[in-house]
Amino acid sequence: MIPESYDTIDCDVLVIGAGGAGLRAAVAAGEAGCDTVVVTKSLLGKAHTVMAEGGIGAALGNVDPRDNWGVHFADTMLGGQLLNDWRMVEIFAREVIDRVYELERWGGLFDRTPDGRISQRAFGAHTFWRLAHVGDRTGLELIRTCQDRAVHAPNVTVRMEYTLTTLLKDGDRVVGAVGYRRNDGTFVVFRAKAVVLGSGGWGRMYKHTSNSWEGTGDGAALAYRAGAELLDMEFVQFHPTGMIWPPGARGILVTEAVRGEGGRLYNSLGERFMERYDPKKMELSSRDVVARSIYKEAQAGRGSPHGGAFLDVRHRGAEYIRKRLPSMVEQFHALASVDITREPMEVGPTIHYTMGGVRVAPESGATTVPGLYAAGEVSGGLHGANRLGGNSLGDILVFGKRAGEAAAAEVAGRVHAPVDERQVEAEQRALLSYLDRHEEGENPYLLHEALQEAMQDDAGIARTGESLTRSLHAIQELCERAARMRVGGSRILNPGWHTCRDVVNMLVISEAIVRSALERRESRGSQWRLDFPDLSEEQGRVNYVTYDGGDGMRIRAVPREPIPPRLQRLIDEELALRAVTTIPVRPDQRIEGPAVAAAGREA
Amino acid sequence: MAIAERPAEQGTARQPGAGSGSDGPPLEFHVFKGIPGEEQGEVTYRVPPVTGMVVLDAIHWIQKHVDTDLACRWNCKAAKCGSCSAEINGMPRLMCKTRIDDLPAGPITVRPMKAFPLIKDLVTDVSHSYEVNRRIPQFTPAADEPSPFVIQEMDLERIYEFRKCIECFLCQDVCHVLRSHDLQEQFYGPRFFVRVASLEMHPKDTVDRLEAVRTEGGLGYCNITKCCTEVCPEHIHITDNAIIPLKERVADRHWDPLRAVSRLLLGKR
Repeated sequence: MIPESYDTIDCDVLVIGAGGAGLRAAVAAGEAGCDTVVVTKSLLGKAHTVMAEGGIGAALGNVDPRDNWGVHFADTMLGGQLLNDWRMVEIFAREVIDRVYELERWGGLFDRTPDGRISQRAFGAHTFWRLAHVGDRTGLELIRTCQDRAVHAPNVTVRMEYTLTTLLKDGDRVVGAVGYRRNDGTFVVFRAKAVVLGSGGWGRMYKHTSNSWEGTGDGAALAYRAGAELLDMEFVQFHPTGMIWPPGARGILVTEAVRGEGGRLYNSLGERFMERYDPKKMELSSRDVVARSIYKEAQAGRGSPHGGAFLDVRHRGAEYIRKRLPSMVEQFHALASVDITREPMEVGPTIHYTMGGVRVAPESGATTVPGLYAAGEVSGGLHGANRLGGNSLGDILVFGKRAGEAAAAEVAGRVHAPVDERQVEAEQRALLSYLDRHEEGENPYLLHEALQEAMQDDAGIARTGESLTRSLHAIQELCERAARMRVGGSRILNPGWHTCRDVVNMLVISEAIVRSALERRESRGSQWRLDFPDLSEEQGRVNYVTYDGGDGMRIRAVPREPIPPRLQRLIDEELALRAVTTIPVRPDQRIEGPAVAAAGREA
Repeated sequence: MAIAERPAEQGTARQPGAGSGSDGPPLEFHVFKGIPGEEQGEVTYRVPPVTGMVVLDAIHWIQKHVDTDLACRWNCKAAKCGSCSAEINGMPRLMCKTRIDDLPAGPITVRPMKAFPLIKDLVTDVSHSYEVNRRIPQFTPAADEPSPFVIQEMDLERIYEFRKCIECFLCQDVCHVLRSHDLQEQFYGPRFFVRVASLEMHPKDTVDRLEAVRTEGGLGYCNITKCCTEVCPEHIHITDNAIIPLKERVADRHWDPLRAVSRLLLGKR
């Protein structure tokens, strides 16, 4: 029966997503005195943040006093192939230090240095030993700490297992959201004076991914449909090391901390093949480079038995491995019957992270739609063409806090807009159509599988204009079939019904990825175009923005703002340093030449 | 009891791709289905085996090919989030971490956690756990404690273990105080004794939670059968390292005869 009754829940700030970004935003908004509601598709504390293993990159200088925010800035910009929003990177590199210490003050634990400070480990393409960590489960520590802070924070309510399917608008402004309770399928409308998206990324449209089921790009799809712009959508990160055997475990992440702790990559000939691709940084090169190198070795017939490479950390000794990489020991033992203290791991690239996302103002996380903010993986700009390991946990804390504060500041003096019943009704109608018994339809799971096939090979690690066009056609055909999705069962906790909307969202985001990747006719960061194998100076000056043109999805190039000289100097100094030494620099390593002064100086 | 039999013809006929490692005859699963107040029971499914597959893979296969509305919780599928708890052949386990080839040959039974109220199929209402967590005061350092902290790793060694908890609530499920005696209102449960221990043993924490854990937490109900420790997928020594030290601290505080007498005379706690 449509229109169907629904519950209305009012709040000042609605936070969508309860990972690190959402929780940090909620704490900020709650502490600013706003009545804040956090909504999550899952149970609290299960968000994809738990999968972050390696650590939080922050120039604390505890292990290597030569580190400072300026070097972190330069590393992040260079890792992102200079496509990053430099203002975001500067804010990030400066503020992440305080966010780490704040986490410690909230009860978060870290491994310690011998003198009792937060310890730091080496990680890919970070010049100095920089990652604050606790074993290889730093993300779990972060989310548990933020979770506990949020449930005890003033003015914060958490609503678990709700799915929000569309944003409510009043004119141009976002004024709430519509969705349903997953457990009983009843509809809910949230009225809010500001909405913060902290809903994470999207990897589920690929076949081999380290992402949880939640990574369906809901937040970006909601924002896009509400009129927001998306940025850098072509950049999807393949983590170099996912499990590839057995098939049941394929795609599960093998933390970069294995390489940070000295793990080496070998091909089937026993060659340490990174010597061929990046003899300076070796296994700790940036993720895009290592992922491509493993892929190239396998393509050349030098792969491991299941088409990847061997990752070997045995030389660090069993005791050290158990202390530093306990969850990897457990994971390989339980899922692959491999004892990593005695045998090498078999690994290959897996979809891991999305650099692109909702376009935001660097200081506030404000999107291009009034009343809507975004922070963390759902937003774009910080990581450019490739994210450095260890920069996502800092991202969610720094920009989660800022978005929560900015949303709270906007709430003052506002009243709730009336609910536009037509918008609610249209959404109810769309959602209930999937349960219509009168016609046979498409199985959402099988459409999802078909989308994964179309994206994995044709819009994956190696792309061409031809493969991307093929992928685009497949997406368009799937969009037509998706209009006919039908499932059985009731609205009570019906995963088939939930999957229908996931598929719709993934199709929108997949189209954005493919269309942006077609526009970028060069290879940069995670975008590897076999038909345009080189960097293009011209394309390096633009970011591609995805928007709804009214009659369909459009892409336009937006010129990148030039880096101001004071920040450009930091990048130049870092390049000079890299010319004379190996990255990452060990604390006991002396650096020769003029770069010493540059690296040691407080920027 | 099987309320239905659903052999998935299209499933057994599916040709797995080359190198996917599928082999052997279909596996038989008896999966609990139902919602409160309606017909409930186990449904039999036949699922094609894949090398190295875990129970969650089979549930996903069933959702995709047979029963699109079969409900289960899951997130990471890497044993890091603790969402997919269930009882497999009667044992509380994570579905994503239970390999088929580690189970004895024959039908595999998958049922929801018994100690929590059923919502649907394999999904239960675990909100009790979140309510308990809200009642435990959060980490609170002294206001004048300087930041950043200086703490020796040695002093954290005990609590690193507790922080490994992924909140799968399998320990709550297996604990007879909750499972058989339904003392939810009087007993925190193992997960939250671990939580209290991690706060009590943090060198910078200043809040006293011992009285609360004795009274509203019902610590005394635990008679250290170690069932919780046995099912913990993170191998946390729940009983030995969290519960027993808490019991000792409570005993020290509350049951010390000298203190009891001084309490009696001075009227203090």
